[in-house]
Amino acid sequence: MNKTDVLIIGAGPTGLFCAHQLGIIGLQCEIVDNLDKAGGQCIELYPDKPIYDIPAIPECTGEELTNNLIQQIKPFNIKFHLNERVEELKKVENRWHVKTSGNQEFEVAAIIIAGGVGSFEPRKFPVKECQKFEGSSLFYSIKDKTIFKDKTISIFGGGDSALDWAIELSNTSKVNLIHRRDGFSGAESSVQKVKELNDQGKLNLYTKYQMDSVSGDNQISSVKIKHDEGETKELQSDYVLGFFGLIMQLGPILNWGLNINKKTVEVNTENFETNIDGIFAIGDICSYPGKLKLILSGFHEGALAARGCFKYARPDEKLRFEFSTTSKAAQERLGVKK
Amino acid sequence: MAKITYYTHDSRIHTIDVQNGLTVMEGAVQNDIPGIDADCGGGMACATCHVYVKQDWLDKLPTKEDGEEDMLDMAYEPKQNSRLSCQLIVSEELDGLEVSIPEKQA
Repeated sequence: MNKTDVLIIGAGPTGLFCAHQLGIIGLQCEIVDNLDKAGGQCIELYPDKPIYDIPAIPECTGEELTNNLIQQIKPFNIKFHLNERVEELKKVENRWHVKTSGNQEFEVAAIIIAGGVGSFEPRKFPVKECQKFEGSSLFYSIKDKTIFKDKTISIFGGGDSALDWAIELSNTSKVNLIHRRDGFSGAESSVQKVKELNDQGKLNLYTKYQMDSVSGDNQISSVKIKHDEGETKELQSDYVLGFFGLIMQLGPILNWGLNINKKTVEVNTENFETNIDGIFAIGDICSYPGKLKLILSGFHEGALAARGCFKYARPDEKLRFEFSTTSKAAQERLGVKK
Repeated sequence: MAKITYYTHDSRIHTIDVQNGLTVMEGAVQNDIPGIDADCGGGMACATCHVYVKQDWLDKLPTKEDGEEDMLDMAYEPKQNSRLSCQLIVSEELDGLEVSIPEKQA
């Protein structure tokens, strides 16, 4: 059981800065995120794209913003739990018991949901029968590539993941790469490589095709693909891989009894607490009259929610307002050497 | 102002006056037309405002910017008449536009 003051759900910019605000007022926190790295949408959707509306930073990329925020919270030695999704919450006396998908358990005084638009999950095939094979012969990510050796793999998608895996697996497997159009969103060099491999007969490329159906008993045996113009092909396949990027799902948060309105959690604007005492929501996931889905709003919300947590974590103490410029306590927490 | 018609998956038809300058996505969201999630808020960073445009409108719309087709790769059941509704800015020229909203966005 991990015991700390506050659990932050979501390691996007809002969650990261909120950790800073908790640290500076002397509260401990740990952060859980479903992705394998911190940064949330900034890292997952636009790591290289510029952001122009962070106060005092005329321009930075999603990745730079994330790195700077991580740098800023370094002094607090915050523990991250990545690749974990929070599944269950339970109130035990005055504390919250939290359980994640990886069976990590936490006992905390308060919870701050900074979950953006939900947790990122792979986008799946629309074809219904795919569910039956998921995890056995149909995958949306690769954990062990050795199972594909000498097998026939049908890969769907046109981004970097689809291209990179098609190239790599073509060394040891028979690969079909299927994409809905002639253009690809992946790196141009990979596109060229795939076309070369196709010309050399080392990979079969099918463009303007999409999945029509999959068949097989316990394992996939073949997949049927359909051209834009209606023509179909049956491809013998041992495995099917789909790489269509990530979607965002609110997931288990929906079951916690929070007031949810259009995929967002209603909060008050005094301290961003939800309808449940001790659970706060900040950033894109919260809603209130006038809500702006900007990173800067998330920072503001995090600063207030952090202070809102204080009464739960330190019921017998009073929080005094201080400036980081002059507060000795804040500077000690930041490890400032004088 | 333009009249935009949204066909939702439950076979209902919603014809709405949408102000110039708003997007077809915003027209749907502001009028509580179901089926457009617009998770990223119109930043062309997701594909959850995906719509199918009525065939005879396809050529009358502004062409896709770089990146829209890439995002459509991630849409639920993209077709040749797929567009991201956040990229369709309403003007008088769009008066009468008809779009269908897919069964789901993810």
